[in-house]
Amino acid sequence: MDTLRFITCGSVDDGKSTLIGRLLYETKLIFQDQLEALKQDSQKFGTQGERLDFALLVDGLQAEREQGITIDVAYRFFATPTRRFIVADTPGHEQYTRNMATGASTAQAAILLIDARKGVLPQTKRHSRIVSMLGIRHVALAINKMDLLDWAKNVFEEIELAYRRFAQDLGFETITAIPLSALEGQNVVELSQVEMRWYEGKTLLDWLETVPVEHGEISRPFAMPVQWVNRRNHEFRGFAGRIASGSVKPGDPVCISPSGVRSAVKKIVFYEEPWEVGNAGQSITLLLADDVDVGRGDVIASAAHPIECADQFEADILWMSEHALLPSRPYAALIHNKSATVTVTHIKHQLDIHTGAHLATRTLALNEIGTVTVSFDRPVPFRPYVDNKRLGAFIVIDKLTNDTAGAGLIRFALRRAINVHWQALEVTKPARAMIKHQEARCLWLTGLSGSGKSTIANLLEKRLHAEGKHTYILDGDNVRHGLNRDLGFTEADRVENIRRVAEVAKLMVDAGLIVIVAFISPFRSEREMARNLFDAGEFIEIFVDAPLEECERRDVKGLYAKARRGELINFTGIDSAYEPPLAPEVHLRTVEMSPESCIRAIIRTVQEVVHNSVLYPRRQ
Amino acid sequence: MNHDVYSELESESIEIIREVAATARKPVMLYSIGKDSSVMLRLAQKAFYPAPIPFPLMHIDTGWKFREMIAFRDRTAGQLGFQLITYTNPRGAAEGIGPVSHGSAYHTDVMKTEALKQALDLHGFDFVFGGARRDEEKSRAKERIFSFRAVGHRWDPKSQRPELWNLYNTRINAGETVRVFPLSNWTEGDIWQYIRQENIPIVPLYFAAKRPVVKRNGQWIMVDDHRLPLEPGEQPELRMIRFRTLGCYPLTAGIDSNATTLDQVVTETLGASTSERQGRIIDHDGAGSMERKKQEGYF
Repeated sequence: MDTLRFITCGSVDDGKSTLIGRLLYETKLIFQDQLEALKQDSQKFGTQGERLDFALLVDGLQAEREQGITIDVAYRFFATPTRRFIVADTPGHEQYTRNMATGASTAQAAILLIDARKGVLPQTKRHSRIVSMLGIRHVALAINKMDLLDWAKNVFEEIELAYRRFAQDLGFETITAIPLSALEGQNVVELSQVEMRWYEGKTLLDWLETVPVEHGEISRPFAMPVQWVNRRNHEFRGFAGRIASGSVKPGDPVCISPSGVRSAVKKIVFYEEPWEVGNAGQSITLLLADDVDVGRGDVIASAAHPIECADQFEADILWMSEHALLPSRPYAALIHNKSATVTVTHIKHQLDIHTGAHLATRTLALNEIGTVTVSFDRPVPFRPYVDNKRLGAFIVIDKLTNDTAGAGLIRFALRRAINVHWQALEVTKPARAMIKHQEARCLWLTGLSGSGKSTIANLLEKRLHAEGKHTYILDGDNVRHGLNRDLGFTEADRVENIRRVAEVAKLMVDAGLIVIVAFISPFRSEREMARNLFDAGEFIEIFVDAPLEECERRDVKGLYAKARRGELINFTGIDSAYEPPLAPEVHLRTVEMSPESCIRAIIRTVQEVVHNSVLYPRRQ
Repeated sequence: MNHDVYSELESESIEIIREVAATARKPVMLYSIGKDSSVMLRLAQKAFYPAPIPFPLMHIDTGWKFREMIAFRDRTAGQLGFQLITYTNPRGAAEGIGPVSHGSAYHTDVMKTEALKQALDLHGFDFVFGGARRDEEKSRAKERIFSFRAVGHRWDPKSQRPELWNLYNTRINAGETVRVFPLSNWTEGDIWQYIRQENIPIVPLYFAAKRPVVKRNGQWIMVDDHRLPLEPGEQPELRMIRFRTLGCYPLTAGIDSNATTLDQVVTETLGASTSERQGRIIDHDGAGSMERKKQEGYF
């Protein structure tokens, strides 16, 4: 007996929860004590007068029952003699779209509800596009509340036609339209004998029992991401994972990505008896014939069909965070079992959810969908999402809050990382630094406007110059007016501003210079991104710390006064946050310390860091 | 062996358990001794075979578990050789808090919810497996497989992390924790059939036997020891009963049954007309009571 995972979706008040309650009731999945509770609840919260309000069976959160809406996806279980079903009842409200996507991501089929009185609504279209994007290929169009329209055939036909016209580009293999009344139980389990005798198709339950359950993965070549390495002892090294596609037998030759190393399967371990074959979807442990280096996030695949690696992709993204997607901000990512850092390098376009049109944009806000280019910080074994969900889906995580902020689907690789080699430079960074009798460094000063960054930077450069060091200062004055003059002060622009500065600083360090960067750089994640560009010990974060009141009192450039008057927006400290460093290498409290003692503290730390770190490990 | 019927559920659960082992700093598996815990334990054995389970199991002992449960727990730990931690709220034990003297709600709050939070804080566990299933109760049907808890163990049902595909976000900040439910997509019927298929040992209380009981509020309450005060005129009688679900003994009612074998239990369960939680008095404390308990840190 197989299992069908499906979702119900549609607009608010289309009757999704009522429909599921009806399905559970008619397949006898509601127990007596639950029915008693339902009767009580129907009296208390119900919206159906004297009748049972089936929606209350499914809306499980107190807030949902009180407000009469669905906030989060609920999972329900039922079975008929032919199939087991896991149904995800997903919310209709636009603000809860991410919960709807949560339900849809693991579903094989979708029931899209439409209120016959209202027809195809914006939310119907939004959900259809998400369902399509997530790769669901079979849709039942459940045109509900037919009882309120005297079971009118022409209404049903008009809605079906309108929907088919809308959905023709969405790539659904089948669309099955069914007129029904969840409240009255017509065409749900039993065919309507009287009221809708004109309908000759399947009931909804018939459709659920017969819609194809995708097993496409099994016929494809073998691939399994490594989830966990089982090192029971020195002799035993097993690679545990869940098979993403195909099947595997002992003796099969395999190729590991990204290393490209080849070996063969020695044994399939599964509890007390080894298996002769492992199939897509199964969690197993593989032993290989050779002692090869394999880690979590690597992919073991059929040697005839190795899994490609790349680090730049075109991808679709559904944004699920209240904080808009910022291009060039580094996010954490998880793709199959591989963790990486990902940045969106470019937003090609945003999808207009209603028309399907492509809109130009610089960011993606909550619930928006876009096609983007992404760059991972390391090569990632992958398959396009349409070929394999397990190897082509990734999630985007905010590094500061750790919230899941986006869902990504790989379309294709933009270049093969395997072909990219850093140009072998004979004149190396140490060589360039050595000729200057110094070690290249990036001294990064961060702090509020007016905290003393420029004063310290200038004094520091004078001191270093006097000692014969080769230096350069990057600050707002020489960068904002040239390289970054196209950037404003929105959050997105400030992120890009810092990215460019960091990249320039990196080039200068590569050239052997000691670079002093003096930027407010208010966000931790950008400073983190900058730090990651450098080798260990090269990047020194210096927190120039003065209380806001003090900076505002100094107000050398009169900016705080302007910001307070509302003439400057997004001004750090006033209407934009400053995230102080958690563990800076140097912490300068400029109210208590003189500029001279600040300089001494910096130079002392630089010497210590040099002493304690491994210098110049080559980046890959 | 049959790879088909429960392979998908089994593989999903194993994937979840392994993901925690691969990413958590200090995981622990809650072990409640019941049938779901027994299945979860077997799945953990399978996930890491032939290596031992790489994290401890923990039992929050309210002091009111059936004696047969404690005996079964210690026997199982001895046979399988996993590391077992038991914890009882010292304040509750000192004050003699129990379901009979203090009522089920207060007992559960102090001896389960508070005790669990104390134990997690004491050991600094960051990922905590529980055997809850989505088909048990309405607020559980809404919960993620990886269920994030803010500092102080609070669950915010209105802003759960999205959880797409089988990609579980295991990143947390200091002080935050995650409850992980590998059995989320199993039903009561699945649990029983898997126990039968795999021959998993379970507490004998699940099988019908003659046991001393009294009738309270229309339910059979077993007289497991002298701590259950009898009301005037109340006389324990021996009846063939068994338990569909096991909790603290005066809070869990037995059902009339003649099912003495696993096959009979499975047949009876699949044909049941009431839900298993009917025997759980904790759920009857008012609508939304489970959700409230969960927000406060209950499993």
